[in-house]
Amino acid sequence: MFKVLYKKELSPGIFDMDIEAPRVAKKAKAGQFIVLRVDDTGERVPLTIADNDPETGAIKLIFQVMGASTMQLASKNPGESIADFTGPLGTPSHVEPGMGTIVMVGGGIGVAPCYPIARAMHNAGNKVIGVLAAKSKDILIFEDRMAKVCDEIVICTDDGSKGIKGFANNAITMLHDRGEKIDQVTAIGPAIMMKSICDTTRPLGIHTVVSLNPIMVDGTGMCGGCRVQIGNETKFACVDGPEFDGHLVDFKSLMSRSRMYRDEEQVAKDHICHIGLGR
Amino acid sequence: MAISMEKHKMPEQDPKVRAHNFDEVALGYDEETAVAEAQRCLHCKVPMCRKGCPVSIDIPQFIAKVKERDFEGAFEIITMSNSLPAVCGRVCPQENQCESKCILGKKGEPVAIGRLERFVADYMLQKGEDIKPIEKKPDAQKVAIVGAGPSGLSCAGDLAKKGYDVTIFEALHVAGGVLSYGIPEFRLPKDKIVNKEIDNLKKLGVKIETDSVVGRLYTVDELMEEEGFDAVFVGTGAGLPRFMNIPGENLSGVYSANEFLTRTNLMKAYKFPEYATPIKHGKNIAVVGGGNVAMDAARTALRLGAEHVYIVYRRSEAELPARAEEVHHAKEEGIDFRLLNNPIEVIGDENGWVKELRCIKMELGEPDESGRRRPVPIEGSEFNLPVDTVIIAIGTGANPIIGTTTPGMDTNKKGYIVANAETGATTKPGVFAGGDIVTGAATVILAMGAGKKAAKAIDEYLQEKRG
Ligand SMILES: Cc1cc2nc3c(=O)[nH]c(=O)nc-3n(C[C@H](O)[C@H](O)[C@H](O)COP(=O)(O)OP(=O)(O)OC[C@H]3O[C@@H](n4cnc5c(N)ncnc54)[C@H](O)[C@@H]3O)c2cc1C
Ligand SMILES: Cc1cc2nc3c(=O)[nH]c(=O)nc-3n(C[C@H](O)[C@H](O)[C@H](O)COP(=O)(O)OP(=O)(O)OC[C@H]3O[C@@H](n4cnc5c(N)ncnc54)[C@H](O)[C@@H]3O)c2cc1C
Ligand code: SF4
Ligand code: SF4
Ligand code: FES
Repeated sequence: MFKVLYKKELSPGIFDMDIEAPRVAKKAKAGQFIVLRVDDTGERVPLTIADNDPETGAIKLIFQVMGASTMQLASKNPGESIADFTGPLGTPSHVEPGMGTIVMVGGGIGVAPCYPIARAMHNAGNKVIGVLAAKSKDILIFEDRMAKVCDEIVICTDDGSKGIKGFANNAITMLHDRGEKIDQVTAIGPAIMMKSICDTTRPLGIHTVVSLNPIMVDGTGMCGGCRVQIGNETKFACVDGPEFDGHLVDFKSLMSRSRMYRDEEQVAKDHICHIGLGR
Repeated sequence: MAISMEKHKMPEQDPKVRAHNFDEVALGYDEETAVAEAQRCLHCKVPMCRKGCPVSIDIPQFIAKVKERDFEGAFEIITMSNSLPAVCGRVCPQENQCESKCILGKKGEPVAIGRLERFVADYMLQKGEDIKPIEKKPDAQKVAIVGAGPSGLSCAGDLAKKGYDVTIFEALHVAGGVLSYGIPEFRLPKDKIVNKEIDNLKKLGVKIETDSVVGRLYTVDELMEEEGFDAVFVGTGAGLPRFMNIPGENLSGVYSANEFLTRTNLMKAYKFPEYATPIKHGKNIAVVGGGNVAMDAARTALRLGAEHVYIVYRRSEAELPARAEEVHHAKEEGIDFRLLNNPIEVIGDENGWVKELRCIKMELGEPDESGRRRPVPIEGSEFNLPVDTVIIAIGTGANPIIGTTTPGMDTNKKGYIVANAETGATTKPGVFAGGDIVTGAATVILAMGAGKKAAKAIDEYLQEKRG
């Protein structure tokens, strides 16, 4: 059993939760994720490691309530436990000194998984520009943390309530237009956002890394459910990824495969609410 | 008394009924039938059957005990060579192993060795004898086992019995390997059989750490250098599903057999939404492949509620690699075998969902390297099978996580670990390996045999190390 140490609702439906998993906290590297099960009938849910503290053994998760499983997770309070917690999984981000200027783009809760990568890039001596994008300023998260590890922060909101009015790709264009020499963009967020970032960086010839989140089951390379089309090759996001060269990703098939269980997800949600496990 | 030329029939659930439930298909012999079947054995001086068993169970001896109704005695003889008899009695391909060599098989049917083994094991499980923990030596050396499949479980059991301090690290949230996530409930019950065998191992004193992916959480080197293990056995199986690399394979509705079976067996999607993991079962399903995995996927699909399930296999009936009994059961349940057909494309609808499987008819040509006649496509014979789900069951390969994170331990071109066939020793001192991760996908009994051999070698290695 793995204990919930901390929980806070950052904005409606978005939770910040620390879970005690000392072995994982010691080993976690930037870009990796975990798979958890809330209880013995639960799904295996993949979530990115937003921070890890080897001292206290805590792993921080930032998650959005989407359906039954995340709803169930959100119902757990500090002191309560969840059944399973496996990690760290996935291939860590490629980070080394001398990579130059890195633009870290986080869309929505995608800012959280950007943070450990930005920190690692920063600690390796690279210049890091953080682009934080959200629908409006109320749902911007992790601004303070990002500020500590970025040389510059650019904020964009769809409604213009803070920073640039517009989408994250406008920020890339702005940085490029002002003459910033960008060596790599790493984008994490909804598939549609990562796609539009890639469409912006492709003509500019900027190497772009995206972190994919297809539907997963085991997270260890055993089921092939997480397979994604990268160029001419089929790759397993849980072991070969989750980070890939964004310019090679087939976003269309990624998005269509993500919708595979839409009807069942609704049934599961109704079931959870029905048996009173919802929030 | 004349010996019957036929095996005693296995009581089974009616095919029409069982095609819609997940309960076990074969119900097992009762005492009278078991004793009567045991009476068919000739107790040969040179028992050929024994040569056919990869772990050389003393078959005539255990059968003699069954005949005397000394089932405990029979169990003792079996478990000297095989630590998972309830499993092997159910899933061994007996027709290629022990029973293929039985002298009675020359004129009629062989002795039903597998069924008798199952009977004895079930009898003892039912009796529920308490297993006592083995005393660990106070200064017991520590052994780490990576993977809780049949190879790891049998290696762990043997080492625990020798007094070692044994910990199994398993990636998933339950132990058992393919026994838990792959082979379906209706062929190998989980709570009744698999979990009992695992509990017995725990009672012996073996520790099982689930949720532990070696190579990510700890590397093999870290296990030995930081976590204090004196030797490591790697039994991680061949769990990486292969795809056909045909167009349309990433459409929604295309599964690997591993995903389909994992969702159903491990995550219990057949009890959705009580269990939270969903599965799309579809109405018309094509399963590609002809092995045990394909039969399991097809019969699972049927039980989930599919109306029509095809097996699409590129060779003919004679080459089907599945156990004969499974093919027979699948046919009885109404699986539609489309033999000598090979898929060439998965065709999708406007929403990216599977709509049809395009196949080409095949004929058998000259024998290939494997000695089987090579299937060759018949030009112009393409046709479309209307299906909404495709399950690919054409085999699995080596998972790269351990191979790529363990320097000094050699793997071959395909990523399988290079290990001595007799001892399991790898090229890295103190690290042993066995089961599917060494041989490629094989059988439960071979994986167990490899675990046992490695346990013996690890014991010798550690005694020598201690000096
Ligand atoms: C590597 C990886 C890292 C992720 N990190 C985060 C994170 O840090 N924060 C966060 O909020 N979300 C993250 N996700 C997504 C998160 O796993 C899903 O939102 C969650 O599983 C939804 O489950 P549900 O039952 O609540 O919702 P459901 O109603 O089941 O699903 C809602 C949507 O989530 C997706 N989804 C469902 N099941 C899975 C699954 N098993 N694996 C992946 N996606 C699924 C589908 O697109 C679905 O349409 C990550 C996913 C992956 C693969
Ligand atoms: C659907 C199906 C049906 C089958 N039917 C039959 C049959 O009827 N008869 C028969 O004899 N054989 C059958 N087989 C084959 C048989 O199950 C295998 O040959 C056997 O299970 C191999 O045992 P193993 O111990 O080598 O590996 P596995 O059973 O594959 O177990 C390996 C274990 O290691 C774990 N693991 C992997 N990587 C790591 C890691 N990095 N860290 C920690 N743990 C890890 C896995 O999660 C798994 O639990 C079938 C196989 C399948 C898939
Ligand atoms: S273990 Fe398998 S091969 Fe050996 S006797 Fe039993 S059923 Fe036959
Ligand atoms: S070969 Fe057949 S008849 Fe002879 S001992 Fe073995 S099981 Fe009995
Ligand atoms: S989630 Fe199963 S292979 Fe990646």
